[in-house]
Amino acid sequence: MEHSITLVVNGTKVSRQVEPREHLIDFLREKIGLTGSHAGCEHGVCGACTLRVDGQIVRGCLMLAVQANGCRVDTVEGLSDSKEIAKLQKAFHEHNALQCGFCTPGMLLAAQDLILQSEKPTREEIRNHISGNYCRCTGYQAIVDAIEEVVNGSR
Amino acid sequence: MKAAAFAYLKPASLPEAFAALVNPHAKVLAGGQSLIPALNMRLSSPELLVDITGLPDLAGISLQAHSIKIGALTTHAQIEACELVRKHVPLLAQAVRHVAHAAIRNRGTIGGSLALADPAAEYPACAVALDSVLVIRNKATERRVKAERFFKGLFETDLKQGELLVAVEFPLAKAGDKSVFLELTRRHGDYAIVGLAAHNERMVFLGLDSKPVLLQKKTLRQTKDQLPRNPPADLYHSSATKRHLAGVLLERAWNTP
Ligand SMILES: Cc1cc2nc3c(=O)[nH]c(=O)nc-3n(C[C@H](O)[C@H](O)[C@H](O)COP(=O)(O)OP(=O)(O)OC[C@H]3O[C@@H](n4cnc5c(N)ncnc54)[C@H](O)[C@@H]3O)c2cc1C
Ligand code: FES
Ligand code: FES
Repeated sequence: MEHSITLVVNGTKVSRQVEPREHLIDFLREKIGLTGSHAGCEHGVCGACTLRVDGQIVRGCLMLAVQANGCRVDTVEGLSDSKEIAKLQKAFHEHNALQCGFCTPGMLLAAQDLILQSEKPTREEIRNHISGNYCRCTGYQAIVDAIEEVVNGSR
Repeated sequence: MKAAAFAYLKPASLPEAFAALVNPHAKVLAGGQSLIPALNMRLSSPELLVDITGLPDLAGISLQAHSIKIGALTTHAQIEACELVRKHVPLLAQAVRHVAHAAIRNRGTIGGSLALADPAAEYPACAVALDSVLVIRNKATERRVKAERFFKGLFETDLKQGELLVAVEFPLAKAGDKSVFLELTRRHGDYAIVGLAAHNERMVFLGLDSKPVLLQKKTLRQTKDQLPRNPPADLYHSSATKRHLAGVLLERAWNTP
């Protein structure tokens, strides 16, 4: 049986019919057309699907769309448009913190989450906070450098 | 990697939840951080998911006369942020930092972790080390089970079809208690290769057998001798490696002031 859900996606209210088995990540990509968040492993391991639901980062592949009924969902598109992650994006660009870019949307959301909740995280704390996000290209060093630069407020 | 079809219900009250759980093919959905991967990989295909996250009776952390009571729906992130836990259940406060990654900690719950009983999970070992009590309800009654008797085997607990774990009660730490939580992982937030939850004389290993392994503290040598001879190997670590690493953690705990 389909359920009707209403949620706020990047500030816009949307209502749709969904099957219970539909994951939030697939709902956003396929029904709303927001393909910035990626579906990688689809079992919670890689972090490519990281989204923000009611202000907290979550795995989009481990949440059903029907569970997001009544929630506020923010994706990399929303955080880019609002300029909330502009400094992070610039730092990622300048440090070569992305190559293929598959992990980047999830990485940006995890990094922004740390910036919002921690004053001046150490490199170790940065590494811990992005421990759930795989990058198969960069070797992480440049990603940690980019995040560190933003948290140290040098831009 | 898509789940098979199922029906979904989000009850607003316990009676409504218990009525739905009468269906033998129904499954409880809490944070979904273990169940949804299993559905995605089609290791499990229930007819109905009963989403318990709307049940207020299962939420919240409170200070009781002799314990800290943590509702089943409390997330890992909420436990980590809780002052009461830090003050009265220091072992759990140390352990929670090792549970999964940020995005998973925001949704995964203590009730889900205890009900799942993964042998490498942190909470079951802490619950046994602290001699905690699990509070379980069905539609008619409530019963209380000591952690040591709750964990029966690999992903196997004392919970029966139609029952819900509603809360867990951790005894309050006393002055002079010694709590040490240690674990070894390849990467922060991964399930432990092996871990140790030690509270005074009770030393409980995780990742060493199909359920938490409780040893009574004697001399270091005698305690070490009680470690299982041939712990089951995992994908990357042989039985001998696991036993060796368990000994390393025991020594570290010994030397922790
Ligand atoms: C990549 C990754 C890494 C992880 N690393 C760790 C780790 O290091 N340590 C760790 O401990 N966990 C880890 N987890 C698992 C995570 O902690 C889960 O949150 C937890 O195991 C289950 O909690 P949940 O609320 O998500 O439960 P769910 O996934 O919703 O449910 C799990 C099981 O418990 C049952 N259940 C849930 N709540 C109740 C209840 N109140 N009463 C009766 N039955 C119930 C469900 O029916 C299901 O069978 C990891 C998960 C992922 C995806
Ligand atoms: S796609 Fe969700 S964690 Fe990999
Ligand atoms: S840039 Fe390719 S996976 Fe990270």
